[in-house]
Amino acid sequence: MSGQTFQLHVNGTSYAVTAPDRKTLGDALREDCGLTGTHLGCEQGVCGTCTVIVDGRPVRSCLMFARQAEGAQIRTVEGLAQGERLHPLQQAFIDAHALQCGFCTPGFLMLIVGALEQDPDMTEDELAEVLSSNLCRCTGYAAIAKAALAAYPRPATPAE
Amino acid sequence: MNEAPRQGSSARPGAGERLFGRAVPRLEDTPLLTGRGRFVDDVQLPGLLAVAFVRSPFAHARIRAVDCTDARAMPGVAAILTADDLSPLLTSDVVAGAMPSAAIRHEVYRPVLARDEVAYAGEAVALVVAATRHEAEDAAEAVAVEYEPLFAVADGPSALEPGAPAVHMRLPDNLLATFDFHYGEVDAAFAAAAHVVRADFDLHRGGGHSMEGRGVVAAPDPVEDRLRVWSSTQTPHALKAALCTMLGRGDDDISVSVPDLGGGFGPKLVTYPEEIAVTAVAAHLGRPLKWIEDRQEHFLVSTQERDQHWRMEMALEADGRIAGIRGALTYDIGAYTARGLNVPYASGMMLTLPYNVPSYRLDIAVALTNKAPATPVRGAGQPQATFVMERLLDLAAAELGLDRAEIRDRNLVRAEQMPCRKPLKLRGGTDVVLDSGDYPATQRAALAQAGWAGFAARKAAAREEGRSIGLGLANYVEGTGRGPYETVTVRVTRQGRVRVSTGATAMGQGLQTAMMQIVADHLGADPANIDIHLGDTAEPYGFGGFNSRQTVVAGASADAAARAVRHKVLSVAAHKLGVEAHALDIAGDLVVETGGGNRSLTLAEVAVAAQGIAGFRLPGIDTPGLQATERVVIDDMAYANGCAVAEVEVDRATGGVRVTRLAFAHDCGVMVNPAMVEGQLMGGIALGLGNALFERMAYDEAGQPLTTTYADYLLVTSAEMPEVAVSHTESPTHLNALGVKGVGESGVIPMAAAIASAIDDALDDLGVRVLRAPVSPQEVRAAIRAAEGGAR
Repeated sequence: MSGQTFQLHVNGTSYAVTAPDRKTLGDALREDCGLTGTHLGCEQGVCGTCTVIVDGRPVRSCLMFARQAEGAQIRTVEGLAQGERLHPLQQAFIDAHALQCGFCTPGFLMLIVGALEQDPDMTEDELAEVLSSNLCRCTGYAAIAKAALAAYPRPATPAE
Repeated sequence: MNEAPRQGSSARPGAGERLFGRAVPRLEDTPLLTGRGRFVDDVQLPGLLAVAFVRSPFAHARIRAVDCTDARAMPGVAAILTADDLSPLLTSDVVAGAMPSAAIRHEVYRPVLARDEVAYAGEAVALVVAATRHEAEDAAEAVAVEYEPLFAVADGPSALEPGAPAVHMRLPDNLLATFDFHYGEVDAAFAAAAHVVRADFDLHRGGGHSMEGRGVVAAPDPVEDRLRVWSSTQTPHALKAALCTMLGRGDDDISVSVPDLGGGFGPKLVTYPEEIAVTAVAAHLGRPLKWIEDRQEHFLVSTQERDQHWRMEMALEADGRIAGIRGALTYDIGAYTARGLNVPYASGMMLTLPYNVPSYRLDIAVALTNKAPATPVRGAGQPQATFVMERLLDLAAAELGLDRAEIRDRNLVRAEQMPCRKPLKLRGGTDVVLDSGDYPATQRAALAQAGWAGFAARKAAAREEGRSIGLGLANYVEGTGRGPYETVTVRVTRQGRVRVSTGATAMGQGLQTAMMQIVADHLGADPANIDIHLGDTAEPYGFGGFNSRQTVVAGASADAAARAVRHKVLSVAAHKLGVEAHALDIAGDLVVETGGGNRSLTLAEVAVAAQGIAGFRLPGIDTPGLQATERVVIDDMAYANGCAVAEVEVDRATGGVRVTRLAFAHDCGVMVNPAMVEGQLMGGIALGLGNALFERMAYDEAGQPLTTTYADYLLVTSAEMPEVAVSHTESPTHLNALGVKGVGESGVIPMAAAIASAIDDALDDLGVRVLRAPVSPQEVRAAIRAAEGGAR
């Protein structure tokens, strides 16, 4: 394996990664850390399937080089559940039938968790806008929005 | 929701709660939510090498030379193969397409690798194997291909003009096939008609765009001289058959498995050149290989559905009843055939189905073009047929001064006509017989939900505020449950677990859960004790996922196999306990007495007993083991139906269209899991919304794809989704014991038609007619401007 060796801190564990500079964070998580829960949908930064949380912010791991994440705290879908206990958002996805093939699902989970941790006072409309940043071809989105609101109840957006 | 009487799994005293018919949680969810799904790109093997393809930048070119010298010296490269290198490894240089047809004039099967000529941009010319994908792509760029560009043809009608450039150098013309549908005295109907309406329609459809692209991993097993293949395919049986044929292997020499599938939507039902090439080279090198399609490749080379140009007219009686429909359809099928003529066939066959149409003639011409091959995308020709039929009815309603719902009501096939034989044949020659349903009632349900009756007042009030809102409707019939069968084996293992295996293949719709629900009620009703193995090619006979078929055909076989195994379980247990079988039931992993006795056996004990003991008679059964394999044969299709009513708001200044509300009434027979049915509808609706307003796979005149990123090709996001109200009706079909019909494609079918109808309604003062899909804001704005006489 060519390239420099550096550390990635993912879900509280350190991984020594040897990778060329051009390797993306998404590829490094999958290939070098063995964390294949992060999926790559378009590798162009549009679909959001590869979303992970880096230092508290949801980012598209296809648009970040692995080296850029050195020293950062990275969270992936594998870190959401506490042992067998699902994160409330994961449970809400089950309850709302908010996934079908499940390929885009980790990206949506990390997007929602990251966005709401970053801005806990987000309104329902703002949350709806956040959800429009990722693509899903199976569900038609309504169930995803329902799951997000169930896990993170929002005060109703005041009428104008 | 109507609670129609359900056939199928019988009520059993003492059993746990029934699972069939309930919105139970999906078996699939927890692994997928916790990052423990296993998709094809997650398959890791020791020594795995990566594959990248060298692809043509031209839509049409002669290949003069391929020079791999520099590329072979690149870091990490293990091998580079051209068509000449690959040919000795295969029994054929082309992937023979499924679906033969006597109407096809030219054999244009896809080459595994192009040798002398490329016929669309993206066609593969060479295969590169390297240690990493980065290195494989670097080397692919260094392969020097000398192309001589040739004239390309980029749309169907142009391809059929005299003197058009040839799509393939060796062919005399680009007319792949002509065929027709006809019945009744259509010309006489037009001669005698009180009214005739005419229109031309331009209908485009784009790609499948599963969020996971295609991909294949092939691994030689040197110990047993076998090949293991994992592919992101909807049809593992078809892939296995193609691999065995093309690699010259026996049925037992190759196994194909489907890991978790990140969506299908049609394009993954085709067997692809890449799957053949990667497997052949893995066997040749003796190394496991992986190729994962990236998004740009998905845009370039995964099959798409394609433009249909219709020139149609409808004849009507004075009272609005349809007298006849006639016209012509030109279909652009791309550069090669991968699935025969089945998309234009489905369009022509489905056009008239929801209505009583006494006479019909459609002449179909299928054109080759220098574009990626076209095969079904969710809906498979049915959305376009629905668009044409429903728009003709809207034109007729305007011509006759009838309400759009009223003219439909006068023509819909009625409940008392069921089963209704149509003078049409399925592609295999079976008669088209609408099996069940109440189409007028379904329309009424959608209209009621949408507030059709009171809409004129809302529209007028909005118009007062300067807003243009409109309501539109479309009925559809979906052909589901394509036969002839799917194999299902149900077995109670010696550990007492219920194991279900089938070639039916998950595409993300929750098929594991549906199969579990169908089997469970017969065998203990404990989801945790049931293991479902889908996409299994160990059993040689099967098909896979397409045509909204699996819950129907695999469901019917699963139900039959589970009933047979239940009978065996109870027979063995009755023998062991010395009671009658009808005094026993299965609860969880126990066989229990129901008539007051409290003795029980575990399923494991029964399974061990059922295998027999050397020298002794079998315990209460004639064949050993708690296993049954069923292939319930169903030739006829089960027809689902529905009605969509869309409300839109049109911005006259920009031509922007926003779908604000949608009422969707449908009937897919008995529902195995209503939440999963709703999920299928919602996903289809989103895709149909994209087809109506957004998704356009554009090519320029030289056949160059113009929309190869999600910044250019617009998928619907959550921001575009309207509020959707779904209403279910369950009219069981008599075609299978469960009464189920398919629903996988229903959502998409009426959407473009209903939205076009709604746009017309919003702009009815201008007389705008939307006769195309997708329709862009620019096109809506141009139509508004034209209707206003060019004034701004």
